[in-house]
Amino acid sequence: MSEDEQQSAMWRPSADLAVLRLRAELLAKIRHFFQDRQVLEVDTPALSHAGNPDIYIESFCTQYEGPEGLQQLYLQTSPEFAMKRLLASGSGSIYQICKAFRNEESSRLHNPEFTMIEWYRPEFDHHQLMLEVEDLIKYLGLFAADQTIQTISYQDLFQRFASLDPHSATLAECQACVIEHDIHLSDTGTDETSTYNKDMLLAVILTHVIEPELKQFPFVFVYDYPASQASLAKIRQGQPPVAERFELYGKGIELANGFNELTDNIEQHRRFTQDLKTRKNRLQKKIDIDHNLIDALSEGLPACAGVALGFDRLLMLASGKTILKEAVTFSFDRA
Amino acid sequence: MASYSTSEFKGGLKIMLDNDPYVIVENDIVKPGKGQAFNRVKVRNLKTGRTIDRTFKSGESVEAADVMETSMQYLYTDGDFWYFMDPDTFEQIGAGEAAVADSIKWLKEQDMCEVTLWDGVPLTISVPNFVELTVTETDPGLKGDTSGGGGKPATFETGVVVRVPLFIQIGERLKIDTRTGEYVSRVKET
Repeated sequence: MSEDEQQSAMWRPSADLAVLRLRAELLAKIRHFFQDRQVLEVDTPALSHAGNPDIYIESFCTQYEGPEGLQQLYLQTSPEFAMKRLLASGSGSIYQICKAFRNEESSRLHNPEFTMIEWYRPEFDHHQLMLEVEDLIKYLGLFAADQTIQTISYQDLFQRFASLDPHSATLAECQACVIEHDIHLSDTGTDETSTYNKDMLLAVILTHVIEPELKQFPFVFVYDYPASQASLAKIRQGQPPVAERFELYGKGIELANGFNELTDNIEQHRRFTQDLKTRKNRLQKKIDIDHNLIDALSEGLPACAGVALGFDRLLMLASGKTILKEAVTFSFDRA
Repeated sequence: MASYSTSEFKGGLKIMLDNDPYVIVENDIVKPGKGQAFNRVKVRNLKTGRTIDRTFKSGESVEAADVMETSMQYLYTDGDFWYFMDPDTFEQIGAGEAAVADSIKWLKEQDMCEVTLWDGVPLTISVPNFVELTVTETDPGLKGDTSGGGGKPATFETGVVVRVPLFIQIGERLKIDTRTGEYVSRVKET
């Protein structure tokens, strides 16, 4: 196809109609799955006065022209904060199918606008929620009903595929592991002068060394992350302390991230403040933090586990595609 | 000094790494669920042609390489340098042997070439995919044999030797594919 022809075909969907039919079918099944389990479907605002201060996530910002002047608004990066406010107000188990927006690069596996399935289960911990994610995957016919999806702790994962204990390893040992795997970083500092801290090096090893190995698993859960990568998960004290977090991978592609949710409003506020400070140091955009969420947590978030699943990626795997845009009706470049 | 952020990375972008100019061949974004994202790129060294992998933290900046490609006319060589002229400004520059490299055997005076300049100095010379050269030496073929089967070596004005059909004679102008080094056709004199 010539460049001109390619350009003029841009009005067409980036996904085949067969994939779009499967998309509708899977969404209908997902709604059935939750209805059977009495999980309430909810619909929260995509546009909010508060943003997500996570230093690795950038929001789309816009402005509302109201009678009091311009108001800063954010497109949600996930429905998490609004859903936690519902949980704190006594909603019980809830789920949502919504669009989330992240101002990041679009790539083979990323679209700045994507469909997320997010749900929360009071009384569940992250292991129980992993079982429910597994049930959903089987319900959608993506994994044999009589088999079990493998689970592996973050620690075992690193020991098995990179011969490194991620909890006890020193910065120097992480640097040696990166070099041993023939990975060339933009910063070759091999001591404390490197701009790569330990969590970044673990992320390098995870994405460059381990994720390719995970391609051999149709699905696999990874759980119990380093406490320094807790995000909004509860930290379980112990030797070492770990964040009660899990990820679901399908053929080496990250599909879902779940937490045993942090319910401590003081700790939540501390982590937000820490993120804002880091954003300032890194010259990132200033974000208005969600005081409604902090207030909801101080009122009392029930002990619960929550998970966000990237639906477009799941559809991509279900339809045998390898590029995300082939699972999205109109990918970002055609939007 | 101009620089690029990783968000501007794409194939063809020219950047400086370890004091050498490189061109991005492939750019892959990898991101763990929660945490630092990386740009994993394949880059080709524009001086040596060697391709290497490099990982950047997303959000990092890297110095731009002042590399440009321009069409220039080959003039002559003094043995040390090969001289090219900008057809618009008539400005002349000399390229060393490393820059001219394998293109030497195809360089014919007056021909247009693509010259890659780094900080104004020629880095590589690319000859056109097809050049027209005149045969200076070849065994006389059998008259009337137009089958072309087998072929024979022929030497051209630049010194290059190419296999040509048996019917080709000294003094003929031929079209040669520089990518494969193969004979394509006779050139019809107009």
